[in-house]
Amino acid sequence: MKVAGGVPGLGSSRGVPGVDPEQPLPPPGNRRSRILSVGEPGARSVWVAVASTLVFFGVAAVLIVRSPGWASIKATFFDREVFADSLPKIVGQFSTNVFIFLVAEAFVLIVALVLAVLRSLSGPVFAPLRLLAIGYTDLFRGIPTILVISLLGFGMPALQLQGFPKSEIFWAIVALVLVYSAYVAEVYRAGIESVHPSQTAAARSLGLSRLQSMRHVVLPQAVRRVIPPLLNDFIGLQKDSALVAFLGVIEGLQQANIISQATFDFTPYVSLAIVYLVITIPQTRFVDWLVERDRRQRQGGTQL
Amino acid sequence: MSEHIAERPAIVIDGLHKSFGNLRVLRGVDLEVADHEVICLIGASGSGKSTLLRCVNLLEPIDAGRIVVEGEEITARGVDVDAIRRHIGIVFQSFNLFPHMTVLRNITLAPIKVEGTPASRAEAEARELLDRFGLAEKADEYPDRLSGGQQQRVAIMRALAMKPDIMLLDEVTSALDPELVAEVLDVIRELAVAGMTMLIATHEMGFARDIATRVCFLDDGVIAEQGPPERIFGDPEHERTRQFLARIVAAGRM
Repeated sequence: MKVAGGVPGLGSSRGVPGVDPEQPLPPPGNRRSRILSVGEPGARSVWVAVASTLVFFGVAAVLIVRSPGWASIKATFFDREVFADSLPKIVGQFSTNVFIFLVAEAFVLIVALVLAVLRSLSGPVFAPLRLLAIGYTDLFRGIPTILVISLLGFGMPALQLQGFPKSEIFWAIVALVLVYSAYVAEVYRAGIESVHPSQTAAARSLGLSRLQSMRHVVLPQAVRRVIPPLLNDFIGLQKDSALVAFLGVIEGLQQANIISQATFDFTPYVSLAIVYLVITIPQTRFVDWLVERDRRQRQGGTQL
Repeated sequence: MSEHIAERPAIVIDGLHKSFGNLRVLRGVDLEVADHEVICLIGASGSGKSTLLRCVNLLEPIDAGRIVVEGEEITARGVDVDAIRRHIGIVFQSFNLFPHMTVLRNITLAPIKVEGTPASRAEAEARELLDRFGLAEKADEYPDRLSGGQQQRVAIMRALAMKPDIMLLDEVTSALDPELVAEVLDVIRELAVAGMTMLIATHEMGFARDIATRVCFLDDGVIAEQGPPERIFGDPEHERTRQFLARIVAAGRM
């Protein structure tokens, strides 16, 4: 993953002797091409790469397929019929996971931001808020997600509190938000601290208040820098939405369990794994593209 | 300069002390600045020039003494720091432009968010400034695409957009390549001609001699000597001032 775009080079566009200061600096060349130019892939090296890849995976495939247990593995994990049969059902129930993680992500973005800002407040007056934020992070980062989900999912409905929903999905979302906000708050905080104090000084010197400086100057830069690690945590959250199965909610994993137990076949799990890959991999590519586009916008057409 | 001093000085600095831990940077600075005066602070690195400017903009809390700007004691308890900073612009050695905003947004941010100026008017005023200082075509560029000299000129305009009464310039050409220094100094010269009250920390002695109404030599945390540039550069009284200027001449900076 390319992270480079997130960190603007400090003073990177200082004038170069001999360059007309009125002119924009010439792009410093295509760095990738400079790095790779030693082994610029000619037709020959491409063919070598293709051949060695084919040989490697060919040998691996032959070894696996000719192993003694392959026949039973193929029947229980890669059954074409079970796959075709289970995939639509699993995709159908997976919509519950999508609902859970989309709602959770929206709340995580907000709760984590509040936590991170609270923790970065300076001054003795804010000590209790800072302590609260630190305590929160310690607590929910330290407990396994499955425990938080179980405690809330089984415990809260059993309390039969007036006005509180009894839905397991509701409490599962609350649990995921609690846990992942602790992680994401730390990601945000790292981003906030990576913005040089001189940026705050410049903002405050113009008369912007502490909050305005945070809102208009620090946070926009911080968030841009942490988008890749933010995606890490979001993919983690998306996968952990499967833990809701432990509450008895019929979602992707639970559906796979049901089919698997009915057919005595593990293929549904492979189907579910494929569904997860299909949604997570494009997100990574999307974020790469986003980061690159932002960098390009700020620094011009230079390629990295 | 007594003939220029109005009833109320623009800035009065009185017995200013500032330490960082055990390091005593300012040890009793006294200075009075009249409206429209251009004061150049000279002195070796670490003599406290930058710290003095940062104190006047309340970016550093002071340990003792007081600072009065336009009759208001800004170092008093409970003052509205943000309100005071609106009247005092500061430009930093390292530009500190906001890299995620275009040049235009950099300049209009404070007028819009702090003053509540309508965006259309703030933009018109910003374009006027850019035009005046020859950067009109850079309005929609991001800072990373500008040369150091252009960035520093934008930083000056960003401070000017708040229509400050006083400008503090903290070694604004020190981070620039030599051939980019002149374009920035020209901007400052224009401000001086227009009557802007300025406190300028600088290593550009030739510039200080040209532009200053008064030159202050900071040494060891106090103003060791001050006076009109002709006298400070031509016939300094103090041995320390002489030594400092001799080193500058030896280094070919004058």
